[in-house]
Formats: sequence, structure tokens, C-alpha cells
Amino acid sequence: MVDAIFKIENLCKSFGKLKVLHDISTDIAKGEVVAVIGPSGSGKSTFLRCMNLLEVPTEGKIYFKGVNIADPKSDILKIRQTVGMVFQHFHLFPHMTVLENVTYAPIKIKHVPEHTATQAGLKLLEQVGLLEKQDVYPSKLSGGQKQRVAIARSLAMEPEVILFDEPTSALDPEMVKEVLEVMKSLATSGMTMAIVTHEMAFAREVAHRILFLDAGRLAEEASPEEFFTHPQHARAQQFLEKML
Amino acid sequence: MNLDFSRIYGDIPYITWGILTTLQFTLLSVLFGFMWGTVLALFKTSPFKPLNWFGQVYTSIFRGTPLLLQIGLVYFATPQLLVFNGKPLDITPLQAGVLTFTLNSGAYISETIRAGIQAVDKGQMEAALSLGIPYRLRMVDVILPQAVKNILPALVNETTTLLLNSAQVSTIGVTDILRRASIVGAEKYIYFEPLLFAGLLYYLLAMSLAVGASFLERRLQASG
Ligand SMILES: Nc1ncnc2c1ncn2[C@@H]1O[C@H](COP(=O)(O)OP(=O)(O)OP(=O)(O)O)[C@@H](O)[C@H]1O
Ligand SMILES: [Mg+2]
Repeated sequence: MVDAIFKIENLCKSFGKLKVLHDISTDIAKGEVVAVIGPSGSGKSTFLRCMNLLEVPTEGKIYFKGVNIADPKSDILKIRQTVGMVFQHFHLFPHMTVLENVTYAPIKIKHVPEHTATQAGLKLLEQVGLLEKQDVYPSKLSGGQKQRVAIARSLAMEPEVILFDEPTSALDPEMVKEVLEVMKSLATSGMTMAIVTHEMAFAREVAHRILFLDAGRLAEEASPEEFFTHPQHARAQQFLEKML
Repeated sequence: MNLDFSRIYGDIPYITWGILTTLQFTLLSVLFGFMWGTVLALFKTSPFKPLNWFGQVYTSIFRGTPLLLQIGLVYFATPQLLVFNGKPLDITPLQAGVLTFTLNSGAYISETIRAGIQAVDKGQMEAALSLGIPYRLRMVDVILPQAVKNILPALVNETTTLLLNSAQVSTIGVTDILRRASIVGAEKYIYFEPLLFAGLLYYLLAMSLAVGASFLERRLQASG
């Protein structure tokens, strides 16, 4: 497939003797939104973190725009600059203001002129509804606000894909919606996204495809419609019964 | 025992001026020691094993031998080891002292900074990595500012220790507070009064640092 942004072939990952990912193969197309779901400990985070090399695959290939990033010779920094990531616990830089969090990387590593980066940063903050918080430090924000800043920070690098690792799991229930709204509008705008989530309704509504991981294997891969109405795999059926 | 400070009235300004030398010495040593300690801490947290190893061995040597011995070695051995244009390199007592204290406090400070670096939330490193920030910027702009903030109180303690230990450079002839007090004592054959007065000066300096530190700590806590 020509416009596959990610092409993952026989990905395996072990931590010492513990084999966490078994032989995972799949593609992610440009503009596609993929939801990764599965029980706790099934390897969802590890799978996602292999895609920007926060974890180095033990075996297999991960092609990002045609280049195998699992090859030790690949330019990791460059790849990470085009693959954004949003974490469960936000990880905003606490000693920088909201705006500085968003503009730091473009200014320092893409050498965007400060004025241009600031304009772009303000626009992103407006997009996530936090323009008025630009000069505040992260410690003064609610969880939902922090996560929206983290999304803006990631967007500021103009990534081609964004990886989300349970972006709403650390949030109080009343804040989940504001973050999901932002993600939904990103998806609508054509951003390629891989999202680990436990928000089944969101996955069903927004994702184009579901990857169900079980014990480190890609147990099922289906459209949301199929997956949520006729899960094939017994483990997927059990999982959905528990979740819904 | 009779204490009679009137016998050293005339010498009080002389001894007091030693504060300048002591402070100059302490500030230079802390500054260079902090820079060297940061480098050592980066060595120790680096994924590159030989640097790790160097940092460990270096620290254990400087923490495992007497400071006074290090001062003597640097002061007396440097002219013999370093020959410059055919002449031995002249090193003043103050330079030798600052050099030794930099090397020595670098070892102590590096341990504090290493602990500070390791106490920074792992997620900070991951966030920086995931933005594609290169190593140097990652450390300088993201990790170190947070590490140093955590360890500022400890750094002030190190400074106090250094200030008090600085009296040891009087053994190689730096005319700091202690040296001046000893000179006065030797001239007049009275030791208690000048030494007690020198002690008071050191105590006041140490207390000002402590007050500064607690002020700083409160400010930091307020800034969250
Ligand atoms: N750095 C690591 N070292 C050793 N084991 C690890 C490491 N990271 C993850 N694991 C193990 O790998 C397995 C998969 O972990 P992973 O975090 O990918 O699961 P997950 O599906 O994201 O789970 P959760 O829903 O709880 O976040 C677990 O057994 C975990 O203990
Ligand atoms: Mg996880």
C-alpha cells in the first residue's frame, strides 16, 4: 500500500526473558485513526512506544514512510520529531509556561523564528481552548487542561502521526470529554492517530480500525462496527463483556 | 583563664578583611565546583560506560582521601609536574586552593546532582525524547533545571561545608580569616582572642547562608 505511514512487520519485543510482543504485523494508512485496545499488561503501551523507539524492538521491522526505523542506523531524533506522542500523565515541562511548553521544541530544534513559533503556538492553544492560559505554569492547570496543552505541544512539531497512550485514563471523569473532543476534531481534520484507550464509545465512534491485543499478540483486527458487534476472538468477547 | 579582647582591638580590621579572601575563595570554588560537578554528574548518568566508570572512580578517590592532603599535593606537586616554557608553572596558594576545592567539591556536588537528576520524573525524559530533543538540550533545558531546583537546599549545604573547609587553605599560606587570626596570635603570643573572633566571623557567614537557604526554600515551595 503506497500511503501506509507505518508498516509493521513481525514486530517482537522482549524485556529480558519476558516476551511482551509476539510477531505483530499491521499497517497504518495516512489519515487513519487506529484504536489499540486490550486487557492490562497485554502490551499496548509497549506496542505504541516501539513506533517512536521509546522501546527498541527486539525483532521485526517498522517502516515509517518507507524507512525501517528499527534499523539501528536510522535517525531516531528526526523520526521522533515527526511522530508525536501524548502520555497518560501528560509530562508537561513544569518549569516552562504553557506557551513555552508548546513553542520550545519548534524554536530549539526546528529553528522556527520565535515570532512565527509564538503565533503558531497561540493558534494551537486557541484550537485546544486554552489561549487564556498561555502564561500560566502547568501546576496551575487541571488534568484535562494539562492534557490539552500536551496535545498542543505535540501538534506544534507538525507531526505526521500522533501516538496517544491512554490520554484520558488519569483524568477525573468530568474532564475526559474535553480531551476527547479535541482528539475527535483532530481525527476529523485528517490527522493520523494511534490511540491506546479504554474509552470504548470513543473508539467505536472515532476509530477507523480496532487493534485488539491479547497477551502480546494482535488477536483481532477489525472495523469498529465488526469488532463491537461480532468480535471473533473469544478473548475479545470476554474483554468486551467486561468493558460494556 | 582571662579573655581580654582589648588586646586585639587594633587587629580586628585586619582579621575581618580576611572575609574578602574567604568569600572570594568560596565563591570561585563553588562556581567551578558546580560546573565540574555537573559534568561529572552527566558522566555518571550517561549511558556510555567508560564515562560512568570514570565518574565513579574519580568521586571515590576525592571523597576517600583527606582534603588537606589534596591541597598539599596540588600546591607542591603542580610546579614539578607542569613545566611551562622550560620553567615550572608558578601557582599561587589561592590558585592551588581554588583548584583543589574545585576538584574536591566537584566530587561531592556531582553526587548531589546525580541524585537530583535521577529524582526527576522519568516521564520528563520520555516527553523530551518523544519530541526529538537532542541529548544536550534535553539535559540542559529539561532535566537539569528540574534537578537543580530539587537539590538547591543541598547545594547550599555543600557551600557551607566548603566555606568552613576553606580554612584549610590557610595551611598553604592563603591569608584568609583563619590565617590572619593565626598571624595575629603568633605576633602577640595570644591565641584565644583572635581565634575566637575568627570563629565568630565563620559562624556569621555560615548563618547568613543558612538564612539565605531557608528563604530560598520557602520561595521555591511557593512557586510549586
Ligand atoms: N521497561 C519494562 N521492563 C520490563 N517489563 C516491562 C517494561 N515495560 C513493560 N513491561 C511489561 O510488559 C508487559 C506489557 O506492558 P505494557 O505496559 O505494554 O502493557 P499495557 O497493555 O500498556 O498495560 P496497561 O493497560 O496496564 O497500560 C507487562 O507485563 C509489563 O510488566
Ligand atoms: Mg499501558
